[in-house]
Amino acid sequence: MKEIYLDNNATTKVDEAVFEEMRPYFCELYGNPSSMHFFGGQVQSKVNEARARVAELLGASPDEIIFTACGTESDNSAIRSALEVFPDRRHVITSRVEHPAVLTQCRNLRQKGYRVTEIGVDGAGRLDLEELRSAVDTDTAIVSLMWANNETGVIFPVEEAAAIAQAKGALFHSDAVQAIGKIPINMAASRIDMLSLSGHKLHAPKGIGVLYVRRGTPFRPFLVGGHQEKSRRAGTENAAAIIALGKACQLAGEHMEAENTVVKAMRDRLQDALMAAIPHARINGGGAERLPNTTSIAFEFVEGEAILLLLSEFGICASSGSACTSGSLEPSHVLRAMGVPFTCAHGSIRFSLSRYTTDAEIDTVIREMPPIIDRLRQMSPFGREHIKGAA
Amino acid sequence: MWDYTPIVKDHFLNPRNVGDIPDADAVGEVGSLACGDALKLYLKLDENKDKIVDAKFQTFGCASAIASSSALTEMVKGKTLDEALAVSNQDIADFLGGLPEEKMHCSVMGQEALEVAIFKYRGMEIPDHDSEHDHGPAYPDYEGELICKCFGITDAFLKKVIETNGLTTAEQVTNFTKAGGACGGCIPKIKELIAQVLGEVAAKPRVRPEKLSNMKKMQLIQEVLERDIRPLLWADGGDLELIDIDGARVQVAFRKACAGCASSGNTARMVEAKLRDLVAEDIVVEEVSQ
Repeated sequence: MKEIYLDNNATTKVDEAVFEEMRPYFCELYGNPSSMHFFGGQVQSKVNEARARVAELLGASPDEIIFTACGTESDNSAIRSALEVFPDRRHVITSRVEHPAVLTQCRNLRQKGYRVTEIGVDGAGRLDLEELRSAVDTDTAIVSLMWANNETGVIFPVEEAAAIAQAKGALFHSDAVQAIGKIPINMAASRIDMLSLSGHKLHAPKGIGVLYVRRGTPFRPFLVGGHQEKSRRAGTENAAAIIALGKACQLAGEHMEAENTVVKAMRDRLQDALMAAIPHARINGGGAERLPNTTSIAFEFVEGEAILLLLSEFGICASSGSACTSGSLEPSHVLRAMGVPFTCAHGSIRFSLSRYTTDAEIDTVIREMPPIIDRLRQMSPFGREHIKGAA
Repeated sequence: MWDYTPIVKDHFLNPRNVGDIPDADAVGEVGSLACGDALKLYLKLDENKDKIVDAKFQTFGCASAIASSSALTEMVKGKTLDEALAVSNQDIADFLGGLPEEKMHCSVMGQEALEVAIFKYRGMEIPDHDSEHDHGPAYPDYEGELICKCFGITDAFLKKVIETNGLTTAEQVTNFTKAGGACGGCIPKIKELIAQVLGEVAAKPRVRPEKLSNMKKMQLIQEVLERDIRPLLWADGGDLELIDIDGARVQVAFRKACAGCASSGNTARMVEAKLRDLVAEDIVVEEVSQ
């Protein structure tokens, strides 16, 4: 069965041009970029090229790019660094809807005696800037807020948030793993101090991430050892993956306009058609500014895992914020923070598109989804009167 | 992805007996919309009001909840009410070729709906609950102290599931009942309940058989170790392994927290006393290090 892959916020297909770019750096050009000889040197220059390509997508300068192993490492490094830079500041701020890479790290800090504030969101997933304004004080070491939410695609006003943090001398970090490659980002015109990205969300392989650290921002390394990455991240460079990420960033820049026109149009068509065909559904974060590729739709009176497995019968790959798929027994923390009523939090499905998504694939989902929801609702003991009333 | 058996997949994709029975004799409703799964079971009895002639279900929940409901309706059709009451959650899981342990609560939910339906039919007072709006007790026939507030689980219900399934860890209890699976605030209480149940089970008097063949004795020793002794050690983070049985000599090795524990000699004597009590008076327990 051919997959219809609409789970691009989970991971993406490695672009074939990206794979070709990295291919020689396993069996042929396998040198260590730190070596003095020509053989390592040619890898070094390719790594430099990749660094420049990443920097260009971000509007950054190459020396602001630190390669890491994943988005999680970047997030962890940024927060830990800020705490080491400001040993006297014992307060950390994040949001209730962050990715676990940030949220778990912050909650663990609580056990070490730090004060941690989690800023709330409104029903559409929008950050409460006023709450942030009153939470930041001169004890705050770092404010870490995501650029765009992985589940709903809702975009946070990170520039305003950064200004609020910096007004009290705190550092500002943004987990931009979902935003990069999907919406334009220009660090040259930004005031954000640190930013995380992950390669596999933009058609590079898994196992490569970046931490952007603004020139002049104090930084303490997480991994220490060798002098790699100007001693800001020790460990032999994952050269092939770095080279792949460079190419992926170059391609992301080239596709940026299509992402915000072609992909967005497909996303809009998908959600409009599903909302028209299926009663008792709502778009999570529908009232907020969102990424062009993401839509999260809550279907009342049905459960997400069952929907996903029925979609899977047609080759359709999506994800859910339901309890049964979250690994815990509760619906996703993001939907709960938004106050999505539990009548539909368990039945939330996220579709996340990419530049590989086709109109024919969207047609298939628009055709198959309504009968799937209907079938599960027929089985459900709930909502039969409401739904009959609507039909 | 969950590792579901082909039988689970079949009962999810082609569920049997979906729907309601308007003139049902017995109806059992458990779970709630808030908790993420709920089941309404309908039973129709024969004219003697004894045998189940039809069963239907409506389920809100994941694939294994739907499959467990479908399996349950297939299993109880043709059974008398007493026979149906003997169906355990493990029977439902077995019927499906097994469930992932994290999904065992789906089989528990099925067994509970059946119990509620039959108890209510037999006139037992079971408080009604509005599963669409209420976040009250998930299993209304087990009144007691509310232990897990997130999922509405009482101590009486937890004790029953711990005992019937031989559960020994809080994680297992979460997998079987969902209790403790959200905020986690009740996990210490769940651990206390496990200890209580293990103590109670161990305290139940059991009669030592009269004469044993060697084969029977070995079987019984293994059974007592599994059922009466290891759970007690687990509760303290320890364990033991049976190494050999030679006549009345039982060789065990202590594991985990028991290994190298200063009082393992006492533990060995406790094991010996238990085996003498429940198997044969001449048993000698030896601790070996392997």
